[in-house]
Amino acid sequence: MRWRGTPWYSRFPWMLVVFVAAFMVPWLGSRYDTFLGTQIAIDALFAVSLNLLLGTTGLVSFGHVAYFGIGAYVCGILMKTYGMPFALALPAAALGAAAFALVFGFFCVRLTKIYFAMLTLAFSQIVWAVCFKWNDVTGGDQGLPDVPYPALDWMSAIPGFDNLRIADQFYLLTLVVVVLSLAAIRRIVASPFGRMLTAIRENPERAAFIGVDVRTYELAVFVLAGGFAGIAGALFGIFNRGVFADYVYWPKSAEVMIMTILGGIEYFWGPVVGAATLVLLNQQITSYTEYWPFVLGVILLVLLFVFPGGIVGGIAAGLARFGNRNGRRVSA
Amino acid sequence: MLEVRGLSKSFAGFFAVTEVNLDVAQGQIAAVIGPNGAGKSTLFNLITGHLQPTAGQVLVHGRDVTGMAPHRICRMGMGRSFQRTNIFPKLTVFENVQAALLAHQGRGRNFWSRSQALCRDESATLLASIGLADQAQMIAGTLSYGNQKQLELGIALASDPKLLLLDEPTAGMSASETHEAIALLERIAKERELTLLFTEHDMAVVFSIAQKIAVMHQGRIIADGSPTAVRADAEVRRVYLGDRP
Repeated sequence: MRWRGTPWYSRFPWMLVVFVAAFMVPWLGSRYDTFLGTQIAIDALFAVSLNLLLGTTGLVSFGHVAYFGIGAYVCGILMKTYGMPFALALPAAALGAAAFALVFGFFCVRLTKIYFAMLTLAFSQIVWAVCFKWNDVTGGDQGLPDVPYPALDWMSAIPGFDNLRIADQFYLLTLVVVVLSLAAIRRIVASPFGRMLTAIRENPERAAFIGVDVRTYELAVFVLAGGFAGIAGALFGIFNRGVFADYVYWPKSAEVMIMTILGGIEYFWGPVVGAATLVLLNQQITSYTEYWPFVLGVILLVLLFVFPGGIVGGIAAGLARFGNRNGRRVSA
Repeated sequence: MLEVRGLSKSFAGFFAVTEVNLDVAQGQIAAVIGPNGAGKSTLFNLITGHLQPTAGQVLVHGRDVTGMAPHRICRMGMGRSFQRTNIFPKLTVFENVQAALLAHQGRGRNFWSRSQALCRDESATLLASIGLADQAQMIAGTLSYGNQKQLELGIALASDPKLLLLDEPTAGMSASETHEAIALLERIAKERELTLLFTEHDMAVVFSIAQKIAVMHQGRIIADGSPTAVRADAEVRRVYLGDRP
């Protein structure tokens, strides 16, 4: 987000490189790599959507998983129960999640700080309880298994794509949806609307007295963040071949918050790096020890102590120091 | 321009402001003075909508704005600065005034244009007029205290107010900073034909620029008039000016 005094490494199109590399995974990597790639892409979108609230607007939501879960259920129910095509179910999931965010957010933005956070958590627990008990629609504690993959046969018609498995094809679809969503969020953050949000984060009292209706803006970004979380949830349900009440349970809110903070909330790409780091750490450690939550906790603790601004913040600080040593001395 | 009618505010039975009446005419520079705890900041927060009055009315240009939300009062042509410097510390100086300009022009709802390219010239002009053109790309929180106060004035001016309320504009400033800040204020008020209402501790400042002075004591206005009249007022001398010649 900060391009001041741009040295070469910040002008370099890193994200394009990452995107191209990610796109090649089905051809270059294993089946397992594709699996990890899908999970990282979905979590990255979920984390970036949370960071619209956390990093951009300064709103701490402990209940962001509600909109992720609603997106997953809406898409899953529409595709499985009503046989709706993915191209319609995905936007419906986004709109459904955004609609709930509008209703819940209406109440949440009336509170501030920890009270806001607690209310978001309360709403997400209500959503969880409903999903867990409403057998007829959500499948209750049994969940909603066998959500079908979208029809992706057309992809096989493209030269070079004909040997891909359905999981690979879904990975590519996920990647495109995630990248388009991230591009949209990036654009929103850089817009005048985004500038108002940072103004609110920096100083709500002052923001009100430059003429910004703080609550309305907070509600607007809450709805946007909910909608994008809904898209991530919709993809996640298909990826996991089913939607279960776990997807709406609060530990997932904590997990996405860890990803976001670990990567760095002050940087647009921070949550993406955080999502990739957490998914990969998780996989690596699980394969070595059954005490993986303990090991993971220790690693996270150390990372957060070493990089208080998140991983991207740490890298940025390191690069700045490196740049200064190379002649561009900046007085402290 | 600004009329305050019988304004009162009680916090759990304690009246911080009691039945205050105050008129500020168009183009006037008016000051509210009084010892610490006299209710000056509370009065300001009532006028700007940050607090809801217990009783009374606030009229701007004859329109009742009592109880309106701050952002709506701001859009009616009232700007303010705060006692504790109130800027957007992690944004650049340019982004601080640009945000205020965008908000004032009602462009905050635009979520698709690139904000970096908007309002550049207006921001530059505004920064030049408050003497911060050279610091435009600095992070606002790293500015000196005096410069931050200048920037806060810039943010307030971005919404093109007709009436500007300043809560202790020179608080915490050195003598030379105070001198510069007051010169800046006087120039800008003249250029933009602003109506100014400010609170201030420094009596030299008050008597040098104010055309009208209201004295607050224990939540009430005990004197209100020209500087000469206020200076001569026996009660003011007793409670506040310390009965010096």
